Amino acid sequence: MSTPRLSVEGVAHAFGEVQVLKGIDLSVDPGQVVALMGESGSGKTTLGRIIAGFVSPDVGCVDLDGELVAGGGVFVAPERRGVGVVPQEGALFAHLSVAANVAFGLPRGSQRQARVAQCLELVGLVGFEQRRPHELSGGQQQRVALARALAPSPRLVVLDEPFSALDASLRGEVSRHVSDALEAAGATALLITHDAGEAFRMADQVAVLDSGHIVQQGVPADLYDRPATLAVARATGPVVELHAKRHGDDFLTVCGSLPIQDVGHDAGGSEGLLAIRPRQFAVSHDEQGSFEVAASRIEGELIRLTVLGSDGQRIEIASLRPSGRSDVTAVGTRVQLRVLAAAAFLADSHKS
Amino acid sequence: MQPRALGAPRWALAVAFAATALAIVPLVYLLVQAIEAGWQRVVEILVRSDVAQLAIRSVCLAVLVGLLAGVVGTATAWLVERSDLPIPGFFHVLVVIPLAVPSYVAAYAWVSWEPATASFAGAVAILTLTTIPLVHLYVTAVLRGLDPAQEEVARSLGKSPWHVLIHLTVPQARRGVAAGMLLASLYALADFGAVAIMRVPVFTWVILGAYRAGFDPSRAAVLAVALVGISLVFVLGESLVRGTRDAARVGGGAARATLAVPLGRGKWVAITFLLLLAAVSVGFPVASYLFWWSEGGTEVELWEFVSAVVTTLLLGAVVAVVAVAVALPLAWLVARFRSVASVGAERAVMLAHSLPGIVVALSFVYIGVRVLQPIYQRWPIVVLAEVALTLSLALGALRVAFEQQPEVLTDVGRSTGRSRTEVFLRVTLPSVLPAIAASVAVVALTTAKELPALLLLRPAGTDTLATRLWAWAGVSDDASVAPFALTLVAFSIVPALVAARLGRPKRGAAQSSARSLV
Repeated sequence: MSTPRLSVEGVAHAFGEVQVLKGIDLSVDPGQVVALMGESGSGKTTLGRIIAGFVSPDVGCVDLDGELVAGGGVFVAPERRGVGVVPQEGALFAHLSVAANVAFGLPRGSQRQARVAQCLELVGLVGFEQRRPHELSGGQQQRVALARALAPSPRLVVLDEPFSALDASLRGEVSRHVSDALEAAGATALLITHDAGEAFRMADQVAVLDSGHIVQQGVPADLYDRPATLAVARATGPVVELHAKRHGDDFLTVCGSLPIQDVGHDAGGSEGLLAIRPRQFAVSHDEQGSFEVAASRIEGELIRLTVLGSDGQRIEIASLRPSGRSDVTAVGTRVQLRVLAAAAFLADSHKS
Repeated sequence: MQPRALGAPRWALAVAFAATALAIVPLVYLLVQAIEAGWQRVVEILVRSDVAQLAIRSVCLAVLVGLLAGVVGTATAWLVERSDLPIPGFFHVLVVIPLAVPSYVAAYAWVSWEPATASFAGAVAILTLTTIPLVHLYVTAVLRGLDPAQEEVARSLGKSPWHVLIHLTVPQARRGVAAGMLLASLYALADFGAVAIMRVPVFTWVILGAYRAGFDPSRAAVLAVALVGISLVFVLGESLVRGTRDAARVGGGAARATLAVPLGRGKWVAITFLLLLAAVSVGFPVASYLFWWSEGGTEVELWEFVSAVVTTLLLGAVVAVVAVAVALPLAWLVARFRSVASVGAERAVMLAHSLPGIVVALSFVYIGVRVLQPIYQRWPIVVLAEVALTLSLALGALRVAFEQQPEVLTDVGRSTGRSRTEVFLRVTLPSVLPAIAASVAVVALTTAKELPALLLLRPAGTDTLATRLWAWAGVSDDASVAPFALTLVAFSIVPALVAARLGRPKRGAAQSSARSLV
């Protein structure tokens, strides 16, 4: 196995009394884009800053290409790490032109202008060389920030919530530009984000940070279909949490039983929660059914139903819209729910 | 914004008009007094007073002080904001606290030990020490305004901390530093107390002499107008340099602390330097007055001291209340209803503040003699002059407070069915109360240490701490100067701490209000 580009082992960090990171293990292979997901305040920005060298970890170590850059009494200054950074709002140097911003990290020499042109082409901003940062839109600023980070060919680029300051309508377009540029440059990148859509769209691998640990790292489909914890299940998309008991080769729920082999990740234990994606339910009209449709909403090909159980439990499900006329969608209809599959069987966090 | 001016209440506009008049009309009288005798006479006065030499000396003093305070104040601001200096909050206060020592109090402390310090160099030294906190506060605000993420990105692009300082921080802070230097120069040009005690014949001191000499009322006025001209060059320079500042950051930027630049062994040099600075500018004056006092032999009687304290406090309170009462509607007007009237009033008030106190005081003498005879050399004219001098302090702080309150808040308040007055009382006013309190404190205590207007305008036989100090300093009675000097320093600690606190708030807010208070 080749040496990972970035390897973080056992990194812990506290701000005063608050232990933000409690033992982080993370690795990024050359050429990979890894998304680091977590709720705000989960410490993902701090981890990014530790990797870039802006913060020194209390415990643990950071390696770049097998070379120790932090930990064990070693601390390599940020300017000697070769880690490019794209901060939240770009942080372009306001007193410099676009070209001068991109050239900032390049050595003087004949190659300089060519490299600037190359990087601006990479982000699709040829012709913007002489503009000042305040003359650019937010999305353009982020692309210049990326070009500036890529220019010196860093070992790793850390993008810290690079699209969070942009309008929702712009986010998709800019993230596609950035994704293309990263791929064209063959860059290795760590994308810090709280947005599952962004992570899945841009990353080869996703790592989820929760309560100070990386609770799961893997390809996007893995995390969505087989989340290792409730936090991962929730962070990666909508999820219904149903109480369930193990009974032989099945799990028993209010919506009937489900064979164990149809559950993505089984954390063990006899009692817990099934994490079920909205599409993993089947709904049928049943006058004797124990659920009642409380609301329904059509989203293109999908229909989203909110159903209420007799015990007051709310379940949000989604299904493909039937092609014919269906009375299932009417509010007040009695229905029966069946679980077709589940993403995971997990310990009930409320009971532990 | 423009159409909103239509909505400005009449009474507020009347206050704006009154404030403009208070700031401008006396200056008009000064000008009239100066040119009344005819141009030939003006030229004759200028020649006879050796005005060229006077101007060169004054400008040299101002420029030297600006440069020295600029270099030191920038260095202290950088150390506190960007280096890995331990307990930066403490050192920040340590650098700002000399604001509590009026320049004449510091100057007399030196001269009382060594009369030979009374020289041009001595004045430069004292005024530099007095203005370092001003530059420090100004540059601190500038450094805090820069986006720290920019410096981090530069480091991640392979640049050393020193490269970042020279190629990123300095170019972006350049204009701010220049504006801070000009501010220090302006202060030195306007200073009266220190140069008088150091016996340096610069404009302010010579103007007082000309006025005291009495036989030629035009001479003081002509010299004062000349000083106004020179001051205006610095005022204009400051606003030009400040106004054209590049957008220092794009977007909101990150608010967190920046990467500290490691000082290495230089840390001890820096700490020693900062401690030494505080020792020279605060420690030495306070210690020497304590020493003189402990030596005994003071001729100050208890009633003299008590009545000076009471007079100082009463005058400070009245001036503060009047200044805040005028500044409050004016600040609201400037923040909410920008128009020719409101902006003009603001500029006029700021101009009066940036002119030397002796000039404003002299203007009030002339207007007192000609128009306000009934209150001339009575307390009301003293209050008017002090309000003209300090209004800008209250206005700046209050305007920032109003501006920081989003307009949408009052809109929402009114949309709940409350009247404009109700919303003002229940939403707007509570949010500016801290600024009102700060303004009252700063105006009252600035008035307490003000000297030229009191020397020229106070009713005969009454005294404040500053004028008593001045009288005893005039006869070199060190032990008798001491209680007044120490009391003034004790009073002034409050606004100094307020300025320090506002200049380095926990989070990004309220930075600009610090500048308005110095």
